[in-house]
Amino acid sequence: MRVIRVESPGLFTTVQDFGRPGFGPLGVSASGAADSVALRLGNRLVDNPEGAAALEMTLRGGAFEFPKGARAALTGSDFGATVNGSAIPLWTAFDIRPGGTLLIGPTRSGARCYLCVNGGIAVETFLGSASTHVLSGLGGFNGRPLRKGDVLHIGPATSVTPRERSIPAELLARLAPRTLLRVTDGPQSDWFPETSRRVFYNSVYRVTEEANRMGLRLEGAAVAARSGGQMITEGVALGAIQVPAGGQPIILFVEQQTTGGYPKIANVIAADLFSVGQLRPRDEVRFEHVDFDTARRLLVAQEELIRALH
Amino acid sequence: MADSDPVCFQPASDQSLLVSFGSEITPAANDRVRRLLRLLQLDRVPAVMNLHPAYCSLLVRFDALVIGHEELETILRTYVARMEEVPMPEHREVEIPVCYGGEFGPDLDELAAMHGMSPDDAAALHASVMYTACFLGFVPGFAYLGGLPESLATPRLATPRRRVPAGSVGIAGNQTGVYPHSTAGGWRLIGRTPVAMFRPAECHMSLIAIGDRVSFRPITVGEFAKLSDTCA
Repeated sequence: MRVIRVESPGLFTTVQDFGRPGFGPLGVSASGAADSVALRLGNRLVDNPEGAAALEMTLRGGAFEFPKGARAALTGSDFGATVNGSAIPLWTAFDIRPGGTLLIGPTRSGARCYLCVNGGIAVETFLGSASTHVLSGLGGFNGRPLRKGDVLHIGPATSVTPRERSIPAELLARLAPRTLLRVTDGPQSDWFPETSRRVFYNSVYRVTEEANRMGLRLEGAAVAARSGGQMITEGVALGAIQVPAGGQPIILFVEQQTTGGYPKIANVIAADLFSVGQLRPRDEVRFEHVDFDTARRLLVAQEELIRALH
Repeated sequence: MADSDPVCFQPASDQSLLVSFGSEITPAANDRVRRLLRLLQLDRVPAVMNLHPAYCSLLVRFDALVIGHEELETILRTYVARMEEVPMPEHREVEIPVCYGGEFGPDLDELAAMHGMSPDDAAALHASVMYTACFLGFVPGFAYLGGLPESLATPRLATPRRRVPAGSVGIAGNQTGVYPHSTAGGWRLIGRTPVAMFRPAECHMSLIAIGDRVSFRPITVGEFAKLSDTCA
C-alpha cells in the first residue's frame, strides 16, 4: 500500500474533505475543508472526486516522504514547496518519484495550503466523512492534527491523465480569495442601530491571533446591539458574524459551535466562505452588504466557473 | 398547545432559514421544535443539508444551488401543518452521577451564597428535579436541560473560563447542562460527572438524546474515582 510518512507535520495539518453535514441535531458541526474551492480544484488536478480527503496545512507546511511515489497537487495559498530541491508550482499536478520528499514551507500568501494526492488520503471515516473534528478528537487521522512519524495511507490509485494539468491563470484570478467579504443580513441585524451598522460596513477589521477552524475573532471599531434585546440560544449558520458584549465581531467557521446566544449582525455569503479559510492573523478585512438574490447569483456564478474547468 | 402560535420564517444566511416558534422558552415551543425536527428526519427534504435545533427555533441549512428561502419555506409550512401527527420516540430517563462542589464544582459555594443557601442545599436542590433535554447544541453531545429550579437560576460568569474540564456540570441563567468536552465556557460549574456524554460508538451517540428526561444523582469523591476507573 502506498503511504505518506510525516517527517515534519507543519504547524497544524489535518485531514479534510467536504465534511459531515447532517449531525447538527447532535451538536456536531459539519467541519470540512476551510477553503473548499482549493480542495475541489486540487482533487480535480489529480483525478480524484472533488471531495476526496486531502491534507490541509495551516500557515506553515511540513515534510512528507512518499516511499512509493504519488501524483499530487498543491492548491490554496503558496507555501513555497519543493521536491528533492526542485520548486513545485501551485495549482499544477506533479509526480513524486518513489522515495521523494515533498518539503512545504511557510506561507507566502494566505492561511491554508492543500496537498491532494491521487487516490486520496485513506482514513477511517467518522459519520461518513474523513474530516478531522479537532474539538471532539474524532475523524481524520486519529482525530488530531498530524505529528512527526505518522504514516498516512493513500487510497487506491485511479486512472491518471498522463499529461501535465494545471488550473488556468485566468480562472485563478477569478477565484482569488477576497478580503472584502460580501455578507447578507444576519437574523439579528435589526438589533443593531443604523450607526452601528454604518460603523461595521465602513471599518477595517483585523484578524486576531484567535483565528482557527472554529471561528475568527476580529478587532476593530466596536459595534453594539441595542440594549434590552433578550437573546435566546438558537442555531447558528456557517459564516455567521456574531457580536458578543464588547462589540468585537467573531466569524463562526467550519468547525463552529452549532448553536449560540450572541446577536448576529451579518453572515458571510456562501461564495465567500472559502476566502475566510485563507485569512491569517493580522490580515485585514472589510464587509460589503449584498441582498440574498445577489448572494445566490454569486454562488451560481462561482459554481459555473469551477464546473466549466476540465 | 396553541397551534395559533405564529411560526416565523427568517433567512439566517444565504443558505439557511431560521424557523421560530415564538420568542420565549416554553415547553410547548420546544415540543414544536422537536416535532418539526423529527418529521424532517423521518421525511427528508432532499435539498436540506443540516438541522440545528434550539429551545424554540430550528435552523435549516440548505443547498443554495438547489433551492431558495421562499421555496423551502413553502415546503416547511406543509411540514409544520402535519407535524402534530408525527410519532415521537418515547423519551428515556437518564440518571447522571455528579460529584458536587470542591475542585469539581468551583462555583458552587459562590452560586449558593448568591441565593442565600448552603452549598449542600443548592446541590440537593439541583439533584431533586427531573429535567428535559430541550436540544443538543454548541459542541457534540452538549444537552441543554430545561427545568432548573428558579431559585438556582444564575447569570453566566462575567469572564468565561478558557478551559472547562470535560464532565463539568454547569448553570447558566435558567438552564443546566454537562460539558462533554474540554472547551472554553462561561457556565458556573457546580460539579462534575465521571461518565462520558458524547458516545460516538453507541446508537444515540450521546448519553442524552433530545427529549430525554434527565436527573442527577449526587456521588462522593470516592465514587467519582471508582466510576472514572470503570468508564476509562
